[in-house]
Amino acid sequence: MTTTTETAVTISVNGSDVSVAAGDTILDACTAAGVDTPTICYGPTLTPVNACRVCVVELEGSRTLVPSCSRPVEEGMVVQTETERVNHSRKMVLEFLGSGVDLSQAEEITGWMQQYGAQPERYDNPERMNEEVKIQDDLYVRDYDKCVLCYKCVEACGDDAQHTYAISVSGRGFGARIATEFDVSLPDSACVYCGNCVAVCPTNALQFKTEFDLRKMENWRPEDQSVTTTVCSYCGVGCNLELHTQDERIVKVTSPDDHSVTWGNLCIKGRFGWQYVHGDSDG
Amino acid sequence: MFGAGGGTSSYTEIEETDLIVLWGSNARNAHPIFFHHLMKGIDNGAKMFAVDPRRTSSAKFADVWMGLNLGSDVALANGLGREIIAAGLANEEFIAHSTQGFDAYKEAVEPYTLEFTSQLTGLPVDVIRELAHDYATAEKAQILWTLGITEHHNAVDNVLALCSLALLTGHIGKWGSGLVPLRGQNNVQGGGDMGALPNKLPGFQNIDDDAARGKFEETYGIDLNPKPGLHLTLMFEAMERGEIKAAYVLGENPADSEADIQHARKLLEGLDLLVVQDIFLTRTAEMADVVFPASVAWAESDGTVTSSERRVQRSRAAVPPPGEARHDIDILFALAERMGHDWGQPDPQQLWDELRTLSPMHQGMSWDRLEETGGLQWPCPSLDHPGSPFLHGWLWADDLEGRAPAPFVPVTHQGPQEELTDEFPLRLTTGRALDSYNTGVQSGGFSSPIRYGDALDMHRIDAERLGLADGDMAVVSSPRGSVEMRIRIDDSLVEGLTFTTFHFPDLVDANVLTNDAWDKKSGTAEFKAASIRVEPLAAARR
Repeated sequence: MTTTTETAVTISVNGSDVSVAAGDTILDACTAAGVDTPTICYGPTLTPVNACRVCVVELEGSRTLVPSCSRPVEEGMVVQTETERVNHSRKMVLEFLGSGVDLSQAEEITGWMQQYGAQPERYDNPERMNEEVKIQDDLYVRDYDKCVLCYKCVEACGDDAQHTYAISVSGRGFGARIATEFDVSLPDSACVYCGNCVAVCPTNALQFKTEFDLRKMENWRPEDQSVTTTVCSYCGVGCNLELHTQDERIVKVTSPDDHSVTWGNLCIKGRFGWQYVHGDSDG
Repeated sequence: MFGAGGGTSSYTEIEETDLIVLWGSNARNAHPIFFHHLMKGIDNGAKMFAVDPRRTSSAKFADVWMGLNLGSDVALANGLGREIIAAGLANEEFIAHSTQGFDAYKEAVEPYTLEFTSQLTGLPVDVIRELAHDYATAEKAQILWTLGITEHHNAVDNVLALCSLALLTGHIGKWGSGLVPLRGQNNVQGGGDMGALPNKLPGFQNIDDDAARGKFEETYGIDLNPKPGLHLTLMFEAMERGEIKAAYVLGENPADSEADIQHARKLLEGLDLLVVQDIFLTRTAEMADVVFPASVAWAESDGTVTSSERRVQRSRAAVPPPGEARHDIDILFALAERMGHDWGQPDPQQLWDELRTLSPMHQGMSWDRLEETGGLQWPCPSLDHPGSPFLHGWLWADDLEGRAPAPFVPVTHQGPQEELTDEFPLRLTTGRALDSYNTGVQSGGFSSPIRYGDALDMHRIDAERLGLADGDMAVVSSPRGSVEMRIRIDDSLVEGLTFTTFHFPDLVDANVLTNDAWDKKSGTAEFKAASIRVEPLAAARR
């Protein structure tokens, strides 16, 4: 995360001056200037890893395009976000991802693909993982066909939130994948089932089991869902919960990523321990 | 502490502190999201000492694990205090200006030399000295604790001993320093704030304070009993004497949660009338004459809860209650009506505004402000007050804001009430698992892949001596009773110390073993220290 100070820095975005705090990024400045920027590996509570390159912008004086999510602002920077070069680069990144990965449940990303005219189908017979969805328990599933290797789950499991370090990227090239230590099953790994990895996943590669089951029954209806913010019923920390409900039942629990108590994170009890509300019991 | 019933600091402060003393708390399991803030503090360079008889999952993140003898907390705190004074590291200016009773404290801790403290706690002299010096010389330091401090027969003494360390060094009343009891239940802070204590009115106003009580009497047009009532432990004693004949239990499961549980159940059975209001038919509800099915407070009704950092936050209904279940306040209003009092239509916001007129520390927390801010921290006495991230800033004011200086209260080491004997030679302590909660009424509702049930955890040397292997069944006995338990080898324990959770009372009645010896000042039973004997199941049956 960036640290902010009182000092203001002014840069130019698409010809307009915008002032942000020292330590803020070009992405922050774009947002402040009302410029919409696609991001995949970026998260407001995560350290930038520069994995996806979809947020790139043109910076005057820079030979290459720069990732806006990690580059801190400097006084007098001149940034362009809507040039042919930027649009072309973003389109290529989205096409490459879309050709090798199942993005059918990544609504935000598919929206950008339309916006930038990305056509992944123009690549013949792209290689895909073609793996069965991993279902090990009732809490969440792993669908590697949907993974874009954005590292967000690794970050949330590690230094940026949970400090559990149960997962990392193993292998190289096309064989690279998110894995537990020695690829052991999740209950045998260091995983504590906080689900903070699921919360940050941009493609539904990590998915709550409740959502997975409802989708399978063709009964996952975001348009009929409402979200209510309340406070967790377990320990006294006071974590805010967003209860996603459909047909008067809780179907998913998240936490607001701008609340000073949780910053979007929860533990196993807060995220998964709600079944008793509906009288369901594990026995 | 020092006249306020809440932790002194905000979660954010631990991210910026220099020294963290986590004492009798396994926050990584019991308060996981608070532990995120703590880890930010460590990432930012703070040093951490973990004081706990067990090398818990929290202690594994500490620079120094101080595995003291169970129940020797006062001895360690006094030893730290003595060393700080002897080394000339006490904050003399702060002591002179902001505290009273230092001389008596100094005298009381004088016997606790490093060597004597080492004998009592089982800790090496060097690490006691290291903690004393680090704590005294840190710019900002926090002491945090949970039930490892308070579930003892001398719980209040334990807390007082820690408070004295903060007074000795001035680590109180300023950003980043403080004394932080972590609250174990989602609204245990709010319950106390609202006057659910035998000697308090809402807003921690004393029931025997005529002016405070008078305000309530005037508002409600009724005379109130100025005598403090009974806390839970005294209630059970009054049941035993036949003085309490009826109980109305709301959202509590004492038939599973009390120490020395068989005794507690007998007393509940002996009542003339037992009314239980709960979302489940708990073991206590099964014994009741009348059960009121209640709604789930945090998901089925609107209201407020107050967290461990004194933050009042809104809870909101997301789904309707099932069947005949009703909101808690609906039930209470209906009951009042049957008793001849028409309180009108229950309305959470209206009740909250009523509270604000009577509790000065909540006065500035309008419903709208709670919505806008995502929660405010008390005291918040007026609508233009931002709320209070930390308490006791007055200790640093030139005039102490007109208050009396904070008192040192000297205490002496006692150790656990129940001693080890030849018959019961092992120590038993209890605690929470990450994925479970209290008697399991709520957490039993979901299937956790990392749940292993209530086993008796013990060191491999103890197990070998008893002829037990991991997974074996054993009979575990304390002076109060016996239960059968599975043995789990756990190398985070030391020899002679055993541990269990208490989340699955239907499978293992762990509170058959625990000691109901309780603290006369707080009413808390000594769940954390019993003496037990362990025998292989086969041998016990012969």
